[in-house]
Amino acid sequence: MSAHKVLRQRLITFPFMLLLAIFLVSLYFMYQRFVVGGMGAVSNLNGGFAWGIWVVYDVVIGTALACGGYALAITVYVMNRGQYHPLMRPAILTSLLGYALGGFGAFFDMGKFWQFYEIFLPWNWNFNSVMLEVGLCVATYILILTIEFAPAFLERIGSKKLLRSLNKVLFLFIALGILLPTMHQSSLGSLLISMGHKVDPLWQTWHFQPLLAILSALIMGFSIVVFEASLTTAGLHQDDENTLLVGLGRIIKWLLVAFVVIRIGVLAGQGKLGLIFAGGSSSLFFIVEMALFILPIFLLMVPGANRNASQLLVAAVCMLFAGAAYRFDAFLITFNPGPGYTYFPSAPEIMITLGIISLEIMLYLFFVKKLPVLHGAKHA
Amino acid sequence: MSKDSLDSGGFDFSIIEKRLGVSRRVFLQYCTGVAASLGLSTKGAMAMAKAVAQPAKRPPVIWLHGQECTGPTESLLRSEQPSLEHLILDLISVDYHQTLDTGAGHQVEDIKKKSMAANKGKYLLVIEGAIPVKDNGVYCKIAGETMLELTHEAAEHAAAIVAFGSCASWGGVQSASPNPTGATGAPQVLKDKTVLTIPGCPPNPANFLGTVLYFVTYGKLPPIDDKARPKWAYGRLIHENCYRRPHFDAGRFATEFGDEGHKKGYCLYKMGCKGPETYNNCPSLEYNNIGGQVWPVGVGHPCFGCSEEGVGFEKPLFSLADVKTHTPPNAFPDIADREDSSGVSITAAAAAGAAVGVAIGATAVAASRLSKKDTTDENSEG
Amino acid sequence: MERRDFLKAALGGSAAAVCSVGMAQARPNLEPAEEAVGMLFDSTLCVGCKACVAKCKEVNSRVPAHSDPDNPWDSARDLSADTFNVIKVYRSGKAVNKDRIKDGFCFEKRSCMHCVDPGCVSACPTTSMRRDPKTGIVTHHPDSCIGCRNCMVACPYNVPQFDYNKVFGSIHKCQMCNQSGVERINNGQMTGCAEVCPTGATLFGSRKALLAEAKRRMTLKSGEVYTYPRGDVSKPDSMHEKTVPNYQKHIWGEKEAGGTNVMHISAIPFDQLGMPPLEERSAASVSETVQHTLYSYLALPAIALAGLTYVVKRNTDHDDDEGGMS
Repeated sequence: MSAHKVLRQRLITFPFMLLLAIFLVSLYFMYQRFVVGGMGAVSNLNGGFAWGIWVVYDVVIGTALACGGYALAITVYVMNRGQYHPLMRPAILTSLLGYALGGFGAFFDMGKFWQFYEIFLPWNWNFNSVMLEVGLCVATYILILTIEFAPAFLERIGSKKLLRSLNKVLFLFIALGILLPTMHQSSLGSLLISMGHKVDPLWQTWHFQPLLAILSALIMGFSIVVFEASLTTAGLHQDDENTLLVGLGRIIKWLLVAFVVIRIGVLAGQGKLGLIFAGGSSSLFFIVEMALFILPIFLLMVPGANRNASQLLVAAVCMLFAGAAYRFDAFLITFNPGPGYTYFPSAPEIMITLGIISLEIMLYLFFVKKLPVLHGAKHA
Repeated sequence: MSKDSLDSGGFDFSIIEKRLGVSRRVFLQYCTGVAASLGLSTKGAMAMAKAVAQPAKRPPVIWLHGQECTGPTESLLRSEQPSLEHLILDLISVDYHQTLDTGAGHQVEDIKKKSMAANKGKYLLVIEGAIPVKDNGVYCKIAGETMLELTHEAAEHAAAIVAFGSCASWGGVQSASPNPTGATGAPQVLKDKTVLTIPGCPPNPANFLGTVLYFVTYGKLPPIDDKARPKWAYGRLIHENCYRRPHFDAGRFATEFGDEGHKKGYCLYKMGCKGPETYNNCPSLEYNNIGGQVWPVGVGHPCFGCSEEGVGFEKPLFSLADVKTHTPPNAFPDIADREDSSGVSITAAAAAGAAVGVAIGATAVAASRLSKKDTTDENSEG
Repeated sequence: MERRDFLKAALGGSAAAVCSVGMAQARPNLEPAEEAVGMLFDSTLCVGCKACVAKCKEVNSRVPAHSDPDNPWDSARDLSADTFNVIKVYRSGKAVNKDRIKDGFCFEKRSCMHCVDPGCVSACPTTSMRRDPKTGIVTHHPDSCIGCRNCMVACPYNVPQFDYNKVFGSIHKCQMCNQSGVERINNGQMTGCAEVCPTGATLFGSRKALLAEAKRRMTLKSGEVYTYPRGDVSKPDSMHEKTVPNYQKHIWGEKEAGGTNVMHISAIPFDQLGMPPLEERSAASVSETVQHTLYSYLALPAIALAGLTYVVKRNTDHDDDEGGMS
């Protein structure tokens, strides 16, 4: 039960102060956005690009990066790989932070933020809407993640009784915690369907959007677990969990193969393979993106490479960039709302996103240093 | 206009006062007005005033009438510009003019021939009326000669040629379908010569006087457009300066005579006003010099395009005009023109680059730490 | 469960899901409302007077765009929160011949097309975009809107626009002059833009009558004279004669993405006029087919949840000694 430990380290370090500084700068722009001039004052959003990095990075990519908890839950509780359990709690924490701040980001992007509750009122629901499914599902999942993370908090305050009763029903929340991300992570892909022709043909796979989205979310989820564990090992001077990560690497390898095969297969089925080599920026972005997906397959296939922690980390980062590129490409970079529309995020817009990321990392550092999150003993 | 605004340059205008019977003040006002219409400065007005007051020699004018109603001459005669008849008689020497000549028959024809011979290459030829060309021009004869022959004869040694009125400019009413006499404008007959045109039915006398004053002052004709019309008078569409234009822009139209919109002075476009495709200065000069919007649109009738070839006498009176205001269309956003579409700012690009760079950098640092760790682990294990 | 089994199951499951998507009763394009009202924009008739833009601003109480001492004219560049319709220009080369592709120009209107199967209505999570069941007019209801702007990205024509420059902004779009407080259509009037159009370039009427009129114009020969109605196609307030231009034999909005209630005809191909490359099937119908296959009565999620609960319960009981989640 007390396998997790509180990391007894100083919270206020130089990197922490740096993150705080970025966050404080972003606070100024948040003030601009909510009090002074609205979204137009800080962003480059326009009539054609109604969604910028706040949606695409903070929500679409941010929540996919926060799929570590989801991916591990499948491994541990569905595939019954108990040995990965030590990675579970930090993964749940990052998922919670990622999703909560994704919700925070969505609030920034919400044009009528003061009416956000309207989406929770059943008489408003439009069951045809993908956005409804995403909105409700993400909100519920944040709640589920909070419950899943509650044991860490309850352990810290020593509430044994509550902890026991929570543990009895926790399996239900774990099951929900697997179902909900499956639903909304696939739906984040389905959002692209309704955009029709605006999504570049290489990314507009119509019925296959949810499948590709969930596969890439799983890839990113596993990658972020590897990434975080590696960074924790390297940055917080913890015992490395390399052997565990190597096993995850094997799972990711097959997910990657599945993704690439389906991605190319769908394009072939829809007769769009020629577009890959048609030249132009779309082809270029597609090739770079696919390279980022394919490169880790080879990195992970080299015998012995699995054991090399730094190579595993490089592969994980590759996949994170690949998943992010898949989303950025589809939603923003090759997105074409019509002639004349252009979008590149403004500096304040980027600063707000960076501020949210900084807040996320600061909160992570705070929690691992104040609550029993990281696994104490060397794993079994 | 105050006296001080014009520098008379020591020029003695008393001669004008005596000769024309107008005060110096009225005379200068007139010259300045004409100069302003022509787009000239007060300097130009002074040059004009001096030219009028002290003509080196009044240029002789040969004035021919073809197929027409004498409207241009009549309109010129009724012009109420200050002492117009004095000016016109003192300014130019009208040696031959079938309507105004007191003499008749062989006498005036003789005078014309003599004047043309004596002023070879110096006289101004004014043509009023269309020239029939069908059947060798037999449909219009003066003193036994066809208008066609007379025109060629007079044009041969003219210093400059002015076609006055729509008939002379492009054929006018008698050139309308089926045009049985082959009525043709002077520029089409005199293809190898520059014929300045002052179309209109009737043409505004001010447009003629301004052009002649320019000729007298500078010894050449003013700048012209592709239809040889002086740009100063025909440079803009009636629609562009029309006082009813705001109604057009707001979508307020009269739909029939006497309806509510018509009573309220709304735009007459829907009733077939040809202002949007007719080049003329009617809205700014009006007619008869009495003010109060005395011109067709001003009195409630749609412009019918009298001065525009292919419009007046050609298009049905109440059919919609082809709006030419916007050609080439520069007051409209292009298809791809968008609100608030922004480019990449340097700071934004730097911030995005820095973020990605930090992510990659952090990974590199962690990777190197891990590989160091690997090595130490292996060493300790080994 | 072995990893291999899991992957098999996962792939099989996704394949099954994909197959079920393909096999399930696909949601077809919506049909036009029986009494759908709309407009027909004939670009060859438009003279660029912008009376429709001015009237639209008056009816909808919008302020002129980019109006300042240097630019006293209302010079909107595109649709925005303050501009629900705008006249744009196509030009090529010297731009001297109206309705010609080469060295030509023509005017094109941008406003809500009032799709028969609207993407915005399908995408809106809070039912703030609605298609009126009787008139087919696509309306916006700001009271339940959260400002997610999915309507904007789901609109093929980029019609809904958000007030980015206001802290408390809102989505704005053309509602065919029938929003509460205006209700011109309900009161038997026509839209403001059709009412003021001096040439009948913007024609109001029922979708059926307008489509018939558009088809009639497609049969006309270039050069002959046709009597064009103004105002309401069924009861025009006046007519005028004009030479028929060289129409493209294409009625935009008859079929594109399920069709639109506002249709366009022109002498210039529509791709040059900025119309999007739409197929006949609406993106909304594909999106809803996928959603309804996966989430119909929440059947699939319920089955999945049951299975997951069973598996998770078994696996957590199995290693209960490890303390479950903690």
